[in-house]
Amino acid sequence: MPGKLKAKIVAGRHLPVMDRASDLTDAFVEVKFGNTTFKTDVCPKSLNPQWNSEWFKFEVDDEDLQDEPLQVTVLDHDTYSANDAIGKVYIDIDPLLCNEAASVISGWFPIYDTIHGIRGEINVLVKVELFNDLNRFRQSSCGVKFFCTTSIPRCYRAAMVHGFVEELVVNEDPEYQWIDRIRTPRASNEARQRLISLMSGELQRKIGLKVLEMGGNAVVGYLQCFDLEGESGLVVRAIGTACTLDKLSSGSAPNTATHTHPNTAPASNACNSPSKDGKEPVFGEDLLSSSGPPTPFRALPTSSSSPPPLSPSKPCSRQSSSSDTDLSLTPKTGMGSGGSAGKEAGPLKTLLRQQTQTALEQRGASSSGLLLNAREFPFFTLTSFPPGFLVHVGGVVSARSVKLLDRIHNPALGNTRSYKLLDWNSVTADEPETRDAWWEEIRQEIKSHAKALGCHAVVGYSESTSICEEVCILSASGTAAILNPRYMREGCLDIGIVDHRFEDPSPPSCGFCHIPYDELNMPFPTQLTYCYHCRRQKVPDVLFTTIDLPPEAAVTGKGCLIQARLCRLKKKAQGEVNATAISNLLPFMEYELHTQLMNKLKLRSMNALFGLRIQISIGENMLLGLASATGVYLTALPAPGGIQIAGKTPGDLSNEHHILTIQKRINDTIAKNKEIYQINPPKLFALDPEVFCGTNMELTEEVVGSPIPEPRQRSRLFRSHSESSDEVSELDLSHGKKDAFVLEIDDTDAVEDIHSLLTDATIPTGFNSCNTEIMPGIYNWTSAVQMFTSVRVFRLSNANLTNQGLNKIFTDLCENLLKSFYFKLRSMIPCCLCHLNFTVAVPEEELIQVAVTAVAMTYDKDQTQEKPAEKPITKGCIETEEQLQFPMELCADSSSTNTQLSSKISVSSLERSSPVPDGRSRSLRSTRGFGGSSVTVVKMTPLSFLPGTRIIKYLGIINMFFIRETTSLREEGGVSGFLHSFIAEVFAMVRAHVAALGGNAVVSYSMKECVFMENPNKNQAQCLINVSGDAVICVRETDQEPVPSNIGQTCTSETDGAT
Amino acid sequence: MAMELDVFVGNTTIMDEEVYQLWLDGYTVSDAVKVRMEGGVMEECEASADVLLSDTMDQYRTFQMCERLLYSPAKLANQLLFQIPPHRQAILIERYYAFDDAFVREVLGKKLSKGTKKDLDDISAKTNVTLKSCRRQFDNFKRVFKVVEELKGPLVENIRQHFLLSDKLARDYAAIVFFANNRFETGKRKLQYLTFQDFAFCAGQLINNWTVGAVGEQIPTDHQRSFRFYMDVDLDKEFLQELKELKILITDKDLLDQHKSLVCTALRGKTKAFNEMEANFKNLSRGLVNIAAKLTNTKDVRDFFIDLVEKFIEPCRSDRWTAADMKLYLTHYTNSAHILDTFKHQVVWDRYMGVIKSCIFKMFHD
Repeated sequence: MPGKLKAKIVAGRHLPVMDRASDLTDAFVEVKFGNTTFKTDVCPKSLNPQWNSEWFKFEVDDEDLQDEPLQVTVLDHDTYSANDAIGKVYIDIDPLLCNEAASVISGWFPIYDTIHGIRGEINVLVKVELFNDLNRFRQSSCGVKFFCTTSIPRCYRAAMVHGFVEELVVNEDPEYQWIDRIRTPRASNEARQRLISLMSGELQRKIGLKVLEMGGNAVVGYLQCFDLEGESGLVVRAIGTACTLDKLSSGSAPNTATHTHPNTAPASNACNSPSKDGKEPVFGEDLLSSSGPPTPFRALPTSSSSPPPLSPSKPCSRQSSSSDTDLSLTPKTGMGSGGSAGKEAGPLKTLLRQQTQTALEQRGASSSGLLLNAREFPFFTLTSFPPGFLVHVGGVVSARSVKLLDRIHNPALGNTRSYKLLDWNSVTADEPETRDAWWEEIRQEIKSHAKALGCHAVVGYSESTSICEEVCILSASGTAAILNPRYMREGCLDIGIVDHRFEDPSPPSCGFCHIPYDELNMPFPTQLTYCYHCRRQKVPDVLFTTIDLPPEAAVTGKGCLIQARLCRLKKKAQGEVNATAISNLLPFMEYELHTQLMNKLKLRSMNALFGLRIQISIGENMLLGLASATGVYLTALPAPGGIQIAGKTPGDLSNEHHILTIQKRINDTIAKNKEIYQINPPKLFALDPEVFCGTNMELTEEVVGSPIPEPRQRSRLFRSHSESSDEVSELDLSHGKKDAFVLEIDDTDAVEDIHSLLTDATIPTGFNSCNTEIMPGIYNWTSAVQMFTSVRVFRLSNANLTNQGLNKIFTDLCENLLKSFYFKLRSMIPCCLCHLNFTVAVPEEELIQVAVTAVAMTYDKDQTQEKPAEKPITKGCIETEEQLQFPMELCADSSSTNTQLSSKISVSSLERSSPVPDGRSRSLRSTRGFGGSSVTVVKMTPLSFLPGTRIIKYLGIINMFFIRETTSLREEGGVSGFLHSFIAEVFAMVRAHVAALGGNAVVSYSMKECVFMENPNKNQAQCLINVSGDAVICVRETDQEPVPSNIGQTCTSETDGAT
Repeated sequence: MAMELDVFVGNTTIMDEEVYQLWLDGYTVSDAVKVRMEGGVMEECEASADVLLSDTMDQYRTFQMCERLLYSPAKLANQLLFQIPPHRQAILIERYYAFDDAFVREVLGKKLSKGTKKDLDDISAKTNVTLKSCRRQFDNFKRVFKVVEELKGPLVENIRQHFLLSDKLARDYAAIVFFANNRFETGKRKLQYLTFQDFAFCAGQLINNWTVGAVGEQIPTDHQRSFRFYMDVDLDKEFLQELKELKILITDKDLLDQHKSLVCTALRGKTKAFNEMEANFKNLSRGLVNIAAKLTNTKDVRDFFIDLVEKFIEPCRSDRWTAADMKLYLTHYTNSAHILDTFKHQVVWDRYMGVIKSCIFKMFHD
């Protein structure tokens, strides 16, 4: 009984009229927590009732406090018939369980009904008294802080990063239970909302337990997702990065004990001494010697961790690595046919197995990948890092797997809450193909990819699914990287390899670009040159990553959003046939997306992508692929070559003329883009672009120069080179990269490619766009912020569409959305659309849905041209050191560079902290308190910060799930009207909850899910939205005196923010 | 590209003032897009017609959703659905309650009933204001009327507080409410030359001087009628009764002559129209005093303005008085009555003539 929850119902306002006769309402409130319910008195005949109830007290376990929401139901009293529900409010009390977050929840909450939307507001007061019993953390994990932010939150310092935490819980979807046939849509929706709320709470609690076990106190980069699998159930899963965070203002000394790893290891020539596969077993030993608390697997036989390096992965060796889980990478993942693996056709199975195995062999990483204990995935959901954390970046790693959904077997649901904790594999032991095992496979795959790139960690890691009927694509992607192990809990990383690497004093502005893999034994063919920045180590010609641009990186010019879009038709099919068809299409799609990205990158004369996110969505008769990233020109990398057009039939004069025109257009576009993005790389190191281009030309001509008549053949060519297995394909498709330089004009696809390249609309002047946190090249944000969500659904009218036609439609859809944003936000010019997050879906056979959430931020035009000057180095440095989120000693080995960096940062923050003219900005803040409005202004942003402000407190995570349904679609303004008001309602409810916690902003806001279904014939529609973010209190930077601490903190915020 | 669904929702509600005006003016989406295209907004941001259409639809939807809140503007400030900066809220409200003078001129003094609403299409055709806009304006009048009709206290202040309108707009609404409540006739041909602002001014005068609220009477004498007595939407009945006493000015021959000679003495040599003034004095005086005496009849209250025009302004105009002449005449006409020693109703006279004077000044267009 370690907690007492108290709730008080104060008043209501703007209630709907429930009694037509009197035009009034007799409202009362039911307050429910767990199985206990209290009621207020009826407040007769009022639309603005004042209940002013007593304190309703619930004595509950802290475990329940974490899982359950407080449920407030407003009803209309009816003497003769059943009371009518007006609506509900679910209040997540988790923020009250952590003493550093909110202490009371108090405010007006919109009363929400799944059929009618918001119906008035209710004022509620909630408090929790926790009886602290520190040794009781068995089932509950109160006190663990959660952050959606994918960087170390402002006003905290990371004493230690423990590593990856994941969990998932499953249940039957109430919508598909038998009872749904007899209950009202409202009851069904509410059951679903409540269940998901419960499941999220449970999930969060379990993740918290894992974190406590690891010795951490927080989860950063917490990413929670729902898989609505229909008949087969409902999965709520989450991943995150466990950390030990210290609050900055507390001034506590950093936890240095964990960082005493000797840094006196012999400094060998780091980058040139490759990490050979033979060395990798070291990892296994390291792991075993690790003193990390959690691993129940520590007792695994050592023998299993050292099979011969290149042995193909056989089931037997796999099983030895993890006793409970059947980790078989090959046969089961082959088609992922759920529980029906036995039904698979024999030959197909063998074929798949062979493919996978050869793939693994080629990569030469399979063996070492399996050495790792299943639980110890060196993955980090963070996308930006404190200085010195990220040593090298290898490239993007991704894995996809197609699965057939089957009913989830979940014996442990309900009464035994902690089934996973006690033996987290017990469920999977019963049913090997559960979702846990699926993800496990994918993660293994990712890990082995990272290994192949000579990296021991994956950063910017994320997971996603796309479901259509009973087929599901699981995707995971991240960036292979080498991290500085001193930030990590021991054993969490493969320290063996890197020990000597981070000793290398490579400058932070280019160090992360240096290749982590062996030059002589490259995982994929690429062009290496000496770093254009330091000239000491090798860099690749192009770098793709899923992380944010490191703030210290040297960048030339500005960045921009780059998108590759693709549609592929697919025959309608059922079950395994369908899954096979999808599996077969996936590698081609990835390849084409990759080619598009590469071409567009070159067209913009850039050489690196950050924040790369590739989404593949399945529909009944098509697949949609959307890759978004922010392109930049990294000064350290060579200048990209141009794009050459090659004709198939030489001698055809008219054709040649045509080619020449196109070539000219392309060259012109490149030149124009260089101007737009201000890309003037320093001449000093730049190779003659002509020469560079020329060499590429030759190379490519060898590969693809020969005529390839059909697209199909071209794909096959790729396939033979491809390492990816049929269902899991890897994104380091760089081997296909070279033909990106040459576009075959006779190939219809290529014509299409060129066309789409050149038809990509240019951004109107005054606008910039990116999908990362901050636009490279813009440093002086003003305070105006406009977060928005836009959803478009296009109905394909033409029944027999071609792939090309579809591509065009899809591309236009995305381009038009962007154009629309530019137009709507034109009053904010100069402004940048940051964190443009596109989500595509195929909700029905002929529908394409694109949802975008982003934030528009204004900046000061005059200063955009260059990074802030590096003037007061000493001052900035000292102040920064004092307040750095990471203990200074951690950066000691790169102190010189750190100095440089911090000075830069602090200067920019000083500039930014100067009063911003609010006149032009649309800032709400500037007009706050105007007119005596009682509603707190709550800003929202998908970024981890708000420009011009300083976050002083994190109040807890916001994670809300809403369902809205209507049976009067036309009356509500059609589908657009319906969704428009629903999104507005969701925003309103988020804002209300944040305000009730005492906050004034939401950072790292995201709309995880927006599932829209309609049936216009029945005049019905339903929509599900899941949003999350961090509730914070922020103050204006200028509100504070410019004391060092202030500067220090803005520094750190800049550090994270600039990435 | 025709979208099945196309929405854009900002955390801070985005509203384009130009589009808002088009919406208020009752333009359809496609007409609004045309107007915007002609306005050159496309060049501003390299937009296409599609973009413009999508934006216009979004904004129209937003306005439609906001409309419900605008019915009781106080709600707009503490609703949670839309995050709108306060200064924008003020613009939204002010513009929503703004009206076309041409339209209001047509319904001024009419009963704000369903019957009138049915005639709105005729008014729309006549005034060139779209039917949609007419309906909005009419409903606004009706809504304001219903709310303040039964409220105590000063009319303008009530309107301003309940509808968060600017002072100017609140005064205009007060006029509309006052006219609708007293059903003043404004539609006759002879009154056509008067603008809404002329009437609004007169209404202001009447409200400030001839209602119960005007005298600052706070304690109701009669409990049952206290409800009505507090308010200044109705004329002060006691005052109207007292106005009957003024009849003595025209019924008592001596008094009439005395009054005439006093006025003529004062006016002599000061105006070119002196002869006409002298000749018409008795007529004009009879006219004004008769208006006063008849105001106890509701029917005659309705004809107040037409009477002013027929009995006073038209005769003067036919005699080619200037505005200055008018001012001079009325000033002396009012003041001279004070010198009449047998005339005892000085207070009522001043209260009456003060309003009449300013109304006539306003209504007398050169």
